[in-house]
Amino acid sequence: MQYFLTEEQKTIKDLARKIAEERILPVRAQLDEKEEFPWSIMKDIADSDLFRIFVPAEYEGLGYGCLELCLALEELSRACSGVAISFAVSALGSYTLIDYGSETLKRKYLPDIASGKKLAAFALTEPTAGSDASAIRTTAEKVAGGYLINGTKQFITNGGEAAVYTIIALTDKSKGTRGASAFIVDKDTPGFTFGKKEKKLGIRASATRELVFQNCLVPEENLISRPGMGFIMAMKLLDKSRPSVGAQAVGIAQGALEAAYDYTQQRVQFGQPLILQPVVQNMLADMALQVEAARSLVYAAARNVDSGKDYTESSAMAKVFASDVAMRVTTDAVQLCGGAGYMKDYPVEKMMRDAKITQIYEGSNQVLRSIIASELRKRKAANK
Amino acid sequence: MNIFVCLKQVPGTTDVKINPETNTLIRQGIPNIINPFDTYALEEGVRLKEKYGGKVTAISMGPPQAMDILKEAISLGADEAVLLSDRAFSGADTWATAFTLAGAVRKSGPFDLIICGRQSTDGDTAQVGPEMAEMLDVPFIAYVGQIEEILNGEIRLQRLIDEGHEVLQSSLPAVITVSKEINKPRLPSLRGIAKSRSAKIPVWTLQDVGLDPDKVGLNGSFTRVVKIFTPERVKKAEMLQGEIETQVDCLLEKLKATRLI
Repeated sequence: MQYFLTEEQKTIKDLARKIAEERILPVRAQLDEKEEFPWSIMKDIADSDLFRIFVPAEYEGLGYGCLELCLALEELSRACSGVAISFAVSALGSYTLIDYGSETLKRKYLPDIASGKKLAAFALTEPTAGSDASAIRTTAEKVAGGYLINGTKQFITNGGEAAVYTIIALTDKSKGTRGASAFIVDKDTPGFTFGKKEKKLGIRASATRELVFQNCLVPEENLISRPGMGFIMAMKLLDKSRPSVGAQAVGIAQGALEAAYDYTQQRVQFGQPLILQPVVQNMLADMALQVEAARSLVYAAARNVDSGKDYTESSAMAKVFASDVAMRVTTDAVQLCGGAGYMKDYPVEKMMRDAKITQIYEGSNQVLRSIIASELRKRKAANK
Repeated sequence: MNIFVCLKQVPGTTDVKINPETNTLIRQGIPNIINPFDTYALEEGVRLKEKYGGKVTAISMGPPQAMDILKEAISLGADEAVLLSDRAFSGADTWATAFTLAGAVRKSGPFDLIICGRQSTDGDTAQVGPEMAEMLDVPFIAYVGQIEEILNGEIRLQRLIDEGHEVLQSSLPAVITVSKEINKPRLPSLRGIAKSRSAKIPVWTLQDVGLDPDKVGLNGSFTRVVKIFTPERVKKAEMLQGEIETQVDCLLEKLKATRLI
C-alpha cells in the first residue's frame, strides 16, 4: 500500500528501521528477559536525531509533526515496543511544555530533550486515578518561592530514568479538575523520590515506577501555563499522542505478521510447508489486512493531528482500532507458530505480551469507545 | 587536524558471482555499499575531528555511482568529499589506485592523517594504504586497533598483532589502516542525511588531478587480472564397506595416499 510519504518522511522511516534492525533486534530478547532499560539504544536513537523529530526547530529540534513521530515509532516497535515506548514517552513528557510552556522554560529544557541528553516523562495516573483521571490527589500548594508538591504518581513510564517530568497536581482542591495544574519537575529536586520498579507482563525493557513527592518545592516558573489549566492540557495532550500508541500497535502487529509468515513458510507438516494450507493462508490474509487497515487509520489520524483541526475522535479511533488489531494479530501469530510460538526462543510470544498494554494505556479502549460514542452523539445533535 | 578517509565502493554481498565470459564481477541487482572495513576508518576520522577539531574529507576513486557512498559518508559525519572519476582511471590495480588517490591528496594541500580500512571485501589486497604512504613519503602503520593520543604533531596508537598489540608512536603526517576493533561505527543522523542531500561533491578527472595518463588506470597498472573464477565446490563421499578392521586399514591407506598423514 502506498501512503505517498515525502522524501523526508521516508528517510525517517528508513533510519528508524535501520536502528531497529542493527541495534534493537540483536538484543530485544535479552532486554525483555532481564528487564533492562535500553540506555545504549537510547543513545543510538539520540545520535540519529530521532528525539529532534518532535521538538520545534527554535529549540534545536527538527520541528516535524505527529505523522513523522508515528513513522519512527512504528519501525522501532516492529522490533521492540519496550524500546519504542521509552523513546515515545520523551515526546509525551515534552508536548505540554512545547505547546503551553513559557519561552524561558522551553529554552531551559527542550534543547537537552532534542539532543537526547535528557529523557522526559509524563505523570497523571495515581493509585486512585486511572481511567478516572479527575480523581487525582497530588497537591501543589502555593508557598513562598514556588509550589510545594505532595502525593504519589503511579505506573509512570520512564520513571527513574527520565531527567524531566511533566506532572499534574491540584493547585486548588475545591475546584476539582479545574483546580489542576501542570509543572515541570527535575529528577534531582529535593523531596522527589521513586518507588520500586514495576515488574510487567510486556514492554519489559521500559521502566515503570512510582513517583513520590514529599514537600517537594518546585520554583514558580516551572508552572506550565496558568493554574487550573492542568487537566485540560492533559486531555489535549492525550488526544495528540494517541495516534502514536496506534503506531506502536501497528509496528508490533507488523513484526508478528512477518514472524508468522516466515515460520509458516519454513515449517513442514503433512509433507509441505504450512503456508500451503488454505486455513493458514486465510489467517495470514486476515492478519495482513487488519495490519494495513490499522496503519491507514493511524496515518490518517496523525495527519489530522498535524492539520490542527479537531482530532479527539480520530485519535481515539486510531488508538482503539490499532491496539485491538495488535492483540488479535499477535495472538494469531503465536497460534500459527504453534508450540514453537509459545516458547521464548521465538519472538511472537513477546509481541503478544507487548501488545496488551496498547489496549490499556493512554486511555483504555473502553473509555475511548465511550469518547467515540459521545463524539457521534455530538455530531448527530449538531446535525453534521 | 586535516584528515582524509579513503573509501571504496564494493558489492554489498559475500556471495560474489563472476561472469565467466568477461571475467568481471556480476554487479546487477547487488546494491553497492561502503567497503565495511572503510566504515571504521570513517568513524575514526569523525571521532578524531570531534576530539581535536579540524576537517574530514572522504575520498573515493570509482565510477559516477560511487557518489552514493560519498553522500553516505557526509551523512555519517564527513565534512567534505571528493570523487575521482574518469575513464582513464578504470582498470586500475592497487598501485595505480594508490597513485591516483595520493595525487588527489597532494593536490588538496597539506594533510595530517590519511585513514583507510585494513583491506577491501572484494579485492582483499590491503595494499592501497601502504602504497599511498610510500608515494607520499610519510610513515605507515597497519592494523590500528586504537588511537591513544595525538599531541604535538605525533600520534600514539596500538597496532594489533597475533599475540596482542604493540604501542607505536609516529610523526604526522602519516597513513594508517584500521581494524574493526577500533570502534563501533555510528548510524546516520537525520541532520547528516539532510546535509548529504544538499552537499556539492566535486568530481575530479585525470586533468583536474593533473597526473600522467600512463601512470593511472589500466595503463599505469603493473599487474593484470588474467582470470577470475568461482571455485567449484566438489563434494565427494565414499562409504567404506566391510569389517571395522578392514575399514580402518582402507582409511589409513587412503589418508597415506593423499599424504594427509
